[in-house]
Formats: sequence, structure tokens, C-alpha cells
Amino acid sequence: MLLIVCPHCGPRNSDEFAFGGEASSRPGADASPDTWRSYLYDRANVAGWQTEQWFHVAGCRRFLNIERNTITNEIRRVRDASEGHD
Amino acid sequence: MSARLPPQPVEVIDRAQPLDFLWNGRWYSGLAGDTIASALAAAGVRVFSRSFKYHRPRGILTAGFHDPNLFVQVADEPNVRAGHRLLTPGADVAPQNAWPSLRVDARSANQLFGRFLSPGFYYKTFMRPRALRPLYQQTLRRFSSGGSIDPHTPTVHREKRFAHPDVLVAGGGPAGMAAAITAARAGAKVMLVEEEHGLGGHLVYGPGSSALDELRENVDAEPGIEVLTNSVVTGRYDHNWVAVVQRGATHHEESLVKARAKTLVVAAGTIERPYVFEGNDLPGVMLSTAVRRLINLWAVAPGTRAVVATANESGDAAAADLARAGIEIAEVVDMRRADRGVVRARGRAGLQAVELSDGRTINADLLVTAVGWTTPTSLLNMAGDRPVYEPRAARFLPAALPDDVMAAGGIVGDGTVEELVAHGAAIGIEAAHRARGRKSDWQRSTPRAVEPEPGGFAPEPVPHLPPADHVELFLGPTDGFVDFSEDVRAKDLESSAAEGYDSIELNKRYTTATMGPIQGKLEVVNAVAVHARATNQSIAEIGTTTWRPPYAPITLGALAGDDEDPVRRSPLSAWHETHGASPIVAGQWIRPDHYGDPAAEVRNTRENVGIIDVSPLGKIDLRGRDVARLLEFVYTNRWARLAVGRVRYGLMCAEDGVVLDDGVTARLGDQHYYMTTTSSGAGRVWNWLDEWLQTRFRSWEVRMTAVTDGYAAINVAGPKSRELLGRLVADIDLEPDQFGYMHARTGTVAVVESCIVLRIGFTGELSFEVHVPAGFGLHMWEALLEAGSHLGVAPFGLEAQRIMRLEKGHFVVGQDTDGLTRGHAAGMGWAIKQEKADFVGKPELAWEAENGPERRLVALQTIDPLLVPPEASQIVQGDRTRGRITSSRLSPTLGRSVCLGQVEAELAIPGTTVTIRLPSGDIAPAEVMEHHAHFDIDGERLRG
Repeated sequence: MLLIVCPHCGPRNSDEFAFGGEASSRPGADASPDTWRSYLYDRANVAGWQTEQWFHVAGCRRFLNIERNTITNEIRRVRDASEGHD
Repeated sequence: MSARLPPQPVEVIDRAQPLDFLWNGRWYSGLAGDTIASALAAAGVRVFSRSFKYHRPRGILTAGFHDPNLFVQVADEPNVRAGHRLLTPGADVAPQNAWPSLRVDARSANQLFGRFLSPGFYYKTFMRPRALRPLYQQTLRRFSSGGSIDPHTPTVHREKRFAHPDVLVAGGGPAGMAAAITAARAGAKVMLVEEEHGLGGHLVYGPGSSALDELRENVDAEPGIEVLTNSVVTGRYDHNWVAVVQRGATHHEESLVKARAKTLVVAAGTIERPYVFEGNDLPGVMLSTAVRRLINLWAVAPGTRAVVATANESGDAAAADLARAGIEIAEVVDMRRADRGVVRARGRAGLQAVELSDGRTINADLLVTAVGWTTPTSLLNMAGDRPVYEPRAARFLPAALPDDVMAAGGIVGDGTVEELVAHGAAIGIEAAHRARGRKSDWQRSTPRAVEPEPGGFAPEPVPHLPPADHVELFLGPTDGFVDFSEDVRAKDLESSAAEGYDSIELNKRYTTATMGPIQGKLEVVNAVAVHARATNQSIAEIGTTTWRPPYAPITLGALAGDDEDPVRRSPLSAWHETHGASPIVAGQWIRPDHYGDPAAEVRNTRENVGIIDVSPLGKIDLRGRDVARLLEFVYTNRWARLAVGRVRYGLMCAEDGVVLDDGVTARLGDQHYYMTTTSSGAGRVWNWLDEWLQTRFRSWEVRMTAVTDGYAAINVAGPKSRELLGRLVADIDLEPDQFGYMHARTGTVAVVESCIVLRIGFTGELSFEVHVPAGFGLHMWEALLEAGSHLGVAPFGLEAQRIMRLEKGHFVVGQDTDGLTRGHAAGMGWAIKQEKADFVGKPELAWEAENGPERRLVALQTIDPLLVPPEASQIVQGDRTRGRITSSRLSPTLGRSVCLGQVEAELAIPGTTVTIRLPSGDIAPAEVMEHHAHFDIDGERLRG
């Protein structure tokens, strides 16, 4: 089980969090079908550093953007979603 | 014939406390402090089990937890490790894997046909003809090992617990104890885990030493150390999540400790390795550590005439122990010399003679081997390390460890007790410093009121602990067993390699070497050595096989822990229970299914008035300037112009257009809305709204409070509901022209202020839903029953509500829809406003509307009016499935069966006759209806 250092609550087990997958930006409703389908279904599935969304559902209930290495599970940056993501 | 020796200096047995126990149906006597194996050995037992494949007699090899030959059944508990489990009075111990008896095992004939049991024998032999496979399975099962399970064993309550040690030390030998002591002195909270029943590691069976006493005293003196003996670290997972199995806390049950260690110190020491030669599995062939443990800890003579084959100090010490115990030593073979060695061991039920490389054959009933050490690097591997083989030391050594894992003591190198303690002590300080540094980092990354603790300690100098030189001894000149658990010989590994399984990972899987209950602890390096020889590689080139958790087996009970799930109860639950409600678990909630007769509850509600506890409904209080914008976005229908005092049904779809939830939302004030969700979707919708507000509409002013538990909710339904409620309200005008359908009011009901009353109708009747502060829920319920006693009011349960909503054709999300049902397929096109600028799922729903849904939710009526097809019955055409029944009930109102179902679009045309296949295989025709509602299609009752 991962340990996530929540910027609000401190270090917590990852089972307090809901995983939201790769962080992405929602296209506008006028997006082309291809763009929309890509937003819905396409994932980069990188082997390495990835920014992903987590929700501290059993804690502060804040959505977080987390940079995690998908190979080593190392976590290098945790930010509140209100700060956006790169 | 007793093999108990006179008192030994460091023995752990209590000679004043004899314990009687059963072995194989006969009474034996042991002593308190004995393991099952030591008590049996003291009583002269030499054969403990029959081997897995060839049913060869087997005796003590290591005399410890990882002894592959000492699996026994204790009463209803199978696979007990007799080398580790302490003897208890009256224990009913029996051998496993022996038939008809341990002495005469009929299946030992297997070894005569050894060539048939070559690697892959089962794969090759029992595949064809396919029709015979069940027979093969039945027959082979009788030949398999393992104890027997008693299905009537009582369930035991077990607990799991969390722990948050700064430093967790795996291994309580001299280095591990020293590390725990210095880490605790440096301020760390320490957990010290030891597999054996006491601390000390290899020191416990050495001559009594002041170093051990001092270490034990210092551990005891540190309140910051929690000691878990008879416990084992079974796995190291991401970010130092460490699984510890604690045994014997109560009886022999195991419990799981989920530890998050800031630093993990692996001080697992070394495990002695067997030597491969013909006859190496005969009872009487033992490792030097087994001999030393038997003599020193339990005062048991392991034999009467010994040959000691030694290549190291442990073998020399075993010879000294034997001599001191007065056991005849026929020969000491110095395996450090290339010209000396053991060729084979001979005997039938046990060792009788040892053949040496100088040609001599020496009669003996004990052969002690001391040929080297295996480092149990499992936890290091799990932390990402790839240990490296050091030929000079003839063992694998840790290579590169992550910052939060350290290795101490014998797993790193060799030394005197003082050197091991010094190494452990330095590692302990460094481990504590790293733990504090980590804590400091966490504190710095989280704003808090207290000052972060200091971090950034300079690295602690750790003394060099090099491994001692050791001659490389793995394989003798003859063929012997590599894996005792699985009965795999060296030549099996060789022939498997020759067959093409030339990677060690393939070879181990094909031969099952290292895959038995001991999981490679003893045999992995020998297996690698054989494979290296067979494939002309070096051991270093091959490396070890991958170690995965668990290091030691865990009972399923320890993993399962407490099996009780939490349930949610409404403020009215106690009333329901005392009034004959039949409970049903719906989602997390326990709800009344009915109060005896759901059909009567339906009739009473349709004719008079009924009340139902709908407290589990999700409820969200929304306030702020931008609530309407949020509703416009998350619901598919329009919300911008909802007037104060009005209620609207809303449909939520996900971005892929799939129906997510539905419910009604009322506008209670200018900037105040009250949302209800499905009972099971309450949490999901709450999270969903938060997600949009936090990640996308961060500037919107919406304050959201989940109030599901804050309000009890009671739906008052039926033609007399207005009259009933009229008796309890003062400041709400219930007249139809003042409080119409889909309106909301706040006011005082039954003297309770701040109630919310919604005029909505899931049941299809005139109905008012009263939301009352939870503490007044029971009061409201009883007030309604009392006020309505002359109106025929009666409570109804979930089942009656399900029937009534089905009569009305209202779908239930998750019952009539599934993970692929989009808005239009659910028949909700009227609630999807594509002209809105944007809302969740808009593009997908537009696409669905344009192409038409593949399936549609329709109402169905069976031609046979009394036939109720079970839910999930398939709708078929020929041998194709073209839909399914999603809801079905016998309608008490209509006196016939009513259904909802999903069918392919071309069958969804009203008037189409479809074929339902019932679970019995019978088929039943049914007609697709024009409207979802079977009853009161125009909704006159609802709006009255």
C-alpha cells in the first residue's frame, strides 16, 4: 500500500484515497468527436513519471494532483487540485 | 528409548514440568519448553513424515521453522511446523502424508519407479485422454501431501492492527537487538520482530554468553521497543508497508500487524544450507545448526554415533557439542580440504553408514553437515535489491538498498559477537536518524501548528562487516535432493535444463524446485548451483530466483481478520425491529423489507395511506450564488429557471453518457437548494460534485454539505396522505392549488420546526416526503401513525415500494440500468437537454441520440398474466440473447405480472412480442408496452 503525504493531513495510507487515474483536462462540449473520445478512453499509460488525480475521500476530501513514478511507485510531488497541474 | 541428555547449560526446557501428548495415537511425554519435534526426538522418534512425491521416510533436518520434513497435523490444524511449534499438554499430534502408516507407506513404491516421476511427469502423463482427467484428479489427490481440514472447526474472532514504528527490525539476533537498542536510545519507536520464541538468534544455542544477557537486558530496559517474538515479517511492500504475522498472541492463532515503518532494518542473519549427495534426506542426516539446537536447547541426543562433515565453525562447534554431550564421533570430515568429502549416505528407514571420498565407509546413525550459509534476502529483494553472489564467501550479499531499508549483521557479513553488535548498533542509530529525517520531511510538507522536528542528520559511520571466506560447497559427487519439500533431485533440474528449460525461472517452475512449503529458504542456492552446472554458467551470472511475499506462510484467518462489515441504520431502525419488520441489507443500510405482507402494504397505500422510512436517501444541502450553474452542469436537464419552492427530477450521466444517478432537487431559497440522490449513490454523487467544484469550477461559489444522516425522511403516500399530513402541519397550506405536485415547502410538522416537505411520488400516489432533523425522526414517525390511525395508515417496506414504483414504470439506477446504459437507452430522452451549452456527458448523449441506442429500457407484460419471470431472465430470439428482464413483480393493484426489461432497439417497438427464457429452460411470450407505466399512465393520482 502506498503512503501518500497529503498536503493537508500528512502521511496517510493510500486506502484512504480514491485513485482518479491520469490527470487530464476536459475538452469543451464543442470538441470534435475524436478529441472527446480521446479524453474519455485514451490513456498515455507511461512507464515513469505521471501526474495523476487522487481524492482523499476518507480524509480532508480534497482532490490532489500527485506525481508518481509508475515503475517504482516513488511519489515526488503532491499538490491540492486547486493549484492545477503541469 | 529416551534420547534426553543430562541437563545442558543453556537448555530451555523445564524438567519439572512434564507434558503428555499424543503422537500417532500413542501417548508420549515431553517437557515444557520442548517443540513438538524436540519432544518426539527425545522420545526416540526418528521418522516424522513421508516425502511429497516418493514417500521416503524423513526426519529432522534443521529442527526449526523452515524444516521441510516436520509438517504434522495437530488436532484439526494441518501443516503445523513441529520444529517450531511449542508442545502443549494433551496435544493430539499425527503425521501427514503417510498411508497406511508412517512406518509402512505403500506409496514409497513410487521411488522404485522414479524414472516415471521425472520433471513434468504429471504434465506429460495425465493430459490425455481428456475424458479421464476427473479420474486422474481423484486418484492423484490421494497421493498429495498436506494435512486435513476439519470443516467443523469453530470460527475464531481475529483482529488485525496497524502499527507505525519509526524503525522496524526484522530479526532478533545480536545485530538486530543492538540495532533496536541504539535506535530506541536515539528516540525512535521500535518494533523488534523475531521468528523464534525468544531473542538471541544463533547466540541462544551457543555457550552461555554475557553478551546475550546484556543485550536482552538492554532490550527489556528500553520502553521504546515493542518486542514481537514467535512472529515474522512476511513482506515488505511499497513505501515500507511491512506485514508482520504475530503468532500465539492468543492460543495458536495468528494475527496480522500492518506496520508502516519509516526505516526497515533487515537483520535476518543466515540460514544453513544442506549439501546435495545421495541419501542426503535419510533420517539422521542433519545440519550442524539442527544438532546444536537439539543438544543445547532441548538436551536431545540427535544420534548415537556421528560423522561430522564440516567446512566451517558451525560444524566444528557441532562436533564439540556432540563430544561434550558424550556422543561418539566416528569421524570428522574436514570439508575445507579438497581431498575430503562425503560421497553418499546409506540406510533404509534411517542413516546406517556414510561413504567418504577416501573410499572408507563408516557406520553411523548421525551425519552432520556444515557446508555453508544462505542469506535470506527476501525482504531486501522485495525492496528492489538484487543481491550479488560473492564466490569467496559462497553466498549472496545485499547490493543496493533504498534509503528506507537497511541491512545489519549476518546478512551483510561475518564477525565476532562484538563485531556483529557494533554493526547492528551503528545501523540502529542511522535507521533512527533516517526515520526522524523522514518525519521531518513530512512535517515540512504539511502545514501544521507545531515546528517541524529537525532532520538532516550526518550519516552515521557504520563499521565494515566483510563476509568470511568460505569454500564453495553445494553439490557432492552423487545425486541427491535439492528440494526436500517437493522431492526434486539435482538430476531432475539437469534433465529439465536439457529439455530446454534453460532459464532458472523456467526450470524452477517446471521441476517445482523452491516452490514447496519451504519456498526456497534452504534449497534455492543449491538449485541455482545445479542449474549453473547444467547450463555452463556461473552462479553469479544466474543470480537468485525472484523472492516474493510472503516470506513465511500466513493463515487465511490472519489475512481475513474481523469479517464484520459496518452497517448503517436509520433513526427509525429500532422501531422497525420491534414492529415485525423483515430486515434486508440494501447497500450499506439495513432496511425493512416488509412488515409481514408486502401486497397488503401496497393495497393499503393505494387505497388509504402508507408511510415508509426513506432516510437512507442521499441528501445534499447546496448553498451559494452558483448552485444553479452546478446543477445545470451535472444534471442533463434544465435548472436555471427553477423557481423557489419548486422541485425537479434530475438525471445525472457520466461523461460517457451512462446513467450515474437520479433524484429530485428542491429550491428552498434564492441561493439554497436541497438535493436528494439514490440511497446507494449518496457517496458517489457527493464525491462527484466535489470533483467538479475542486478541479474545474474552482471560482464558483457553492457550499456543499452532505446531510444524509442529518435528516430522517418519511414518505407519506396514498390518497389520504393530504388529510393525514393536514392534521400535523400548522404553517404549510397543503391544498392542491397552494402546494402542487413537484413543489417544496419548509415549515413545522408535528411541532418540529425546520422540516422540508416535498410533494413528489415515486410510488405513483399523492405523496409528501417529510425530511425532519434526524433526532425527531422517531417522533415524526409515531406522530404520523397516531394521527392517521383512523385513516388506516400503515407502514410499508422496501418491497411494497419496489412493487409500486414498478407498477408506475420508474426505473432504479443500477437495477434497470447497468454500466453501459446511457440516458436515451433508459428512456430518459425527455430529460436530456442537448440545447444546453455544456453538461456532463453531452457529446456522448448527442451521439447516442443521433444513432439511436442499441438497447432500450421498456415495460413488458407477460402473455400469461400470472407468470412472473425472475429478474435477469434472458429475452431470446432463437439461440441469441436479445435482452433481459431487469425488474419483475406480481402487481397486487393490477392482479398481473409487470416487468421492466432491456431489449435490443428493434424489439423495443410497442406491441412487439418477445420471448423470455426462464431459468427452467421454458419459454414465455411477453408484449412490449407503449409506456413504462403499467398503472395510472397519465399520473392523475400523483397530481391529484
